[in-house]
Amino acid sequence: MSARGEAAESLVGRVVLPGDVLLLPVPARPEEDEERLLRLGAAAGPSRGRLLCGPGLRRCAAGLLVTKAGVLRHRAAGGAYWVDSQQRRYVPVKGDHVIGIVTAKAGDVFKLDVGGSEQASLSYLAFEGATKRNRPNVQVGDLIYGQFLVANKDMEPEMVCIDSSGRSSGMGLIGQDGFLFKVSLGLIRKLLAPKCDIIQDLSQLYPFELVLGMNGRIWVKAKTVQQTLILVNILEASEYMTAEQRKQVLAKLSGN
Amino acid sequence: FMQRGLDSQTKKQLEEEEKKIISDEHWYLDLPDLKEKESFIIEERSFMACEDLLYGRMSFKGFNPEIEKLMIQMNSKGKEEEIKVDDKMEADVSDEEMARRYETLVGTIGKKFLRKRDQRVLQDEDEDRNSNATPSKTAKKQFLKPKD
Repeated sequence: MSARGEAAESLVGRVVLPGDVLLLPVPARPEEDEERLLRLGAAAGPSRGRLLCGPGLRRCAAGLLVTKAGVLRHRAAGGAYWVDSQQRRYVPVKGDHVIGIVTAKAGDVFKLDVGGSEQASLSYLAFEGATKRNRPNVQVGDLIYGQFLVANKDMEPEMVCIDSSGRSSGMGLIGQDGFLFKVSLGLIRKLLAPKCDIIQDLSQLYPFELVLGMNGRIWVKAKTVQQTLILVNILEASEYMTAEQRKQVLAKLSGN
Repeated sequence: FMQRGLDSQTKKQLEEEEKKIISDEHWYLDLPDLKEKESFIIEERSFMACEDLLYGRMSFKGFNPEIEKLMIQMNSKGKEEEIKVDDKMEADVSDEEMARRYETLVGTIGKKFLRKRDQRVLQDEDEDRNSNATPSKTAKKQFLKPKD
């Protein structure tokens, strides 16, 4: 670590490279800190040093060490730093909702391809309302939307299609028809942002259904095949189109 | 090992020997104690915790009504507290009315379980309050011993 560290706050919004060290604001003497805590109350979270070290960052002796090249982002509420990097290959992470393709049925367990280094396993009891007698009707080649229960580098990833309270909340088998395609992970996160222009523009076009998996897979279904293909092309191209180009394309389409 | 018929003394000796052996072989870390610093940094590999991402299943213009309902439900999970507060305000009967109702209710149901004599007394009391007259002369009827 020959590079000198820089303050984390100064680098927010700028490109960082692996090996950069981010220095965090060091809290003052503990006694002063306690007094400040009593007065500030809830707002003292970040100043007390409770920090969330997101993807692309690791803890090191001096502060945070950058492990991925990208733009450094920061969120004030709860003090989170992370690196917004771009990649196409997905690494399973616990809690992520992904689209998986069933590749094999091995007794009580389905094997799903989620785009990672290993296939994920999904138990047939992990569906809503599934019992030993009442098995879900899943065949090889079906699409499943679920979340990771276990996902670390030492174990085979496991998926489930129910949440902690036992309800499916939208997860499970994805219906018939539709089109599945793969995009980069950064685009998925852009599309899932709270106010996404692309999604809002597309929703004005025609009725359709969309499932976004954090592993880079998108499934689209519209009324006709042509509409579906148009949506696929727009979503794939929106990674490199500017907002104006997109609006031009949509204007042409809605004019037709 | 447990041997039958071992005296308590020999047992103690054996235990002491075992302890000595164990304490010699006890491994301990020769490293200096790591300072408990920066225990407030939490490492997180998921983007969901950092960014506020929406739910992955979406439907537009009524293509799949169930998913549209789900979208509203999932994306407003953060605003659940507001919904709960609203429910409290929209009660059909206000708290004050309930209190008044219960006040009278307890009395009326209680009368049902009074004995006949007490009911008579209650009636007299009511009349007294209404008429505001002198207390009635008829006292509570008591058991009259039969004369021989």
